[in-house]
Amino acid sequence: MEVPLQPSGTDTVKPPATSVGILGWMRKNLFNSVFNSVLTIVALIVFARIIPPFVQWALFDSLWTSTGAACKEADGACWSVVTNNLRFILFGFYPYDQQWRPLCCVTLIVGLFLYTGKPSRWSKGLAAAWGMSLVAMGILMPGGILGLEPVEPARWSGISLTLLLSLFGLTAAYPLGVLLALGRRSRLPAIKVMSVLYIELIRGVPLISMLFMASVMFPLFLPEGITVNKILRAQAAIILFTAAYIAEVVRGGLQAIPRGQYEAAESLGLTYYQKMRLIILPQALKIVIPPTVSILISAFKDTSLVVIIGLFDLLKTTQVTLSNPEWMGFSAEAFLFIAVLYFLGCFSMSNFSRRLEKVLAR
Amino acid sequence: MSDSNGIHSEAQGSAETIIRIVGLHKWFGDFHVLKDIHLDVAKGERIVICGPSGSGKSTLIRCINRLEEHQRGKIIVDGIELTNDIKNIEKIRTEVGMVFQHFNLFPHLTILENLSLGPMWVRKVPRAEAEQTAMVFLEKVHIADQARKYPGQLSGGQQQRVAIARSLCMKPKVMLFDEPTSALDPEMVKEVLDVMIELAEEGMTMLVVSHEMGFARSVAHRVLFMDFGQVLEQNSPEEFFSQPRHERSRLFLSQILH
Repeated sequence: MEVPLQPSGTDTVKPPATSVGILGWMRKNLFNSVFNSVLTIVALIVFARIIPPFVQWALFDSLWTSTGAACKEADGACWSVVTNNLRFILFGFYPYDQQWRPLCCVTLIVGLFLYTGKPSRWSKGLAAAWGMSLVAMGILMPGGILGLEPVEPARWSGISLTLLLSLFGLTAAYPLGVLLALGRRSRLPAIKVMSVLYIELIRGVPLISMLFMASVMFPLFLPEGITVNKILRAQAAIILFTAAYIAEVVRGGLQAIPRGQYEAAESLGLTYYQKMRLIILPQALKIVIPPTVSILISAFKDTSLVVIIGLFDLLKTTQVTLSNPEWMGFSAEAFLFIAVLYFLGCFSMSNFSRRLEKVLAR
Repeated sequence: MSDSNGIHSEAQGSAETIIRIVGLHKWFGDFHVLKDIHLDVAKGERIVICGPSGSGKSTLIRCINRLEEHQRGKIIVDGIELTNDIKNIEKIRTEVGMVFQHFNLFPHLTILENLSLGPMWVRKVPRAEAEQTAMVFLEKVHIADQARKYPGQLSGGQQQRVAIARSLCMKPKVMLFDEPTSALDPEMVKEVLDVMIELAEEGMTMLVVSHEMGFARSVAHRVLFMDFGQVLEQNSPEEFFSQPRHERSRLFLSQILH
């Protein structure tokens, strides 16, 4: 015998007209109280004051391919500062006729990153492609083999330097951070003490001073005649610094895993490494995706601090462009441009992390 | 509870001892949780341990696979003494299955992966074989149709049956149950107890911390009553329920059998 699951006689009744459509939406979201109505109106006035003049400046009155002198005459934005100096802003002092090499690297990184953005495309092949592209970059940037003209690291600059510092920095800092987090929770006192000391020391020092130490103090301790190139030292400082922060975030994730999970893994006879790799870390790292990505994003932006030790990253090449008398005074346009570049980088990272969370959500 | 007649009689005859506990003491800080416990468990024997909360019964069985460390006395499992040697501990854990009150399934793995993980990584069984074994045991706990789901998609009773199957996949010699039904909704208790009874009928050595007196009556060879970290009474289930010897047992039984 069939029993109806829902009581009968409840015909569907349409909602009142004021709660649907655009009007309904506005009523619900913009004018649902006196205070909100006032806020809405004030916001509309502010937008009306700001947006049209900005569009006028940035688009209608703007110059895109002129000389610096022509720009000084015009009222609008001078995007020419970007277009005329694009190659220098992006690739800096890398030899002009060899700039296809950093261009290849940047394209590789950005292309692979965009391709990886869709979780359905993940495969072993993709991981191999990442590995191979790292090798390719290691060959392309310095050159010296395969008939490529050698380019000393001091000349690596612009966006390629920013991306390389970020990519290698983040991929190395993450596993190091995880190891430190495990070390801090270790039952072995020596490992625990060392991890705690490391994390607390590094977190207690600003990145700028770490970079200074890497560039000024570190060479003093090296024996005569041995030098480590400056980019590598800055890279090491960024990795060591970021790892300490990641370690603390991961530790939070480890503590969030219930004790029962550890016990269940142990009672199956799994070893410590199996337990961590198969049971604990997959869950812990998933929980801490949002704060981890925050750290990675801020590390990506912090790579711009390497200007203070004389490396020419994206920010510094832009500053150099602006110190040219022809382009002096157009810093707003130039900085807006690199702000957009940084924003695209950060936004795609956070987008990626949200997709990752979705895939892993169960 | 399904009546399983005749399963008291067999198994007790074989005198081979699989677990031997001698003079066991354990402290949590200053608190003396286990006081001078002596216990021999024969192969195929089924023991139900009961007692008020805080009496040390869970701690006792958790000592057997070293989820808790004991400070004095000896625990010998299948001829191996539990010491600080991590190799010995891991060896014993592969031979001793454990079922927890809160199931403790791995939420990021499917049911099938939960079951095949232990055999694959600890016993180094190839994946295909491990999954085949997993399906056999899922069949056994009547839940094979859920193999591709995640633990969060299952009811409590189903999860606990999966947890039992997960332990069985390691082909353990002893199974420990730590209050396996106390976190379940009442209507799910029976499905889990039925699986445990089937396991008992196959002659598995079982130590069960439980207040399911019907289960104890129909399956156990021996009932241990614990309080204040001591074993106050050891008795056959019939005698324990009809004429408990110790005053504390009488009081305890009168409270739970209202």
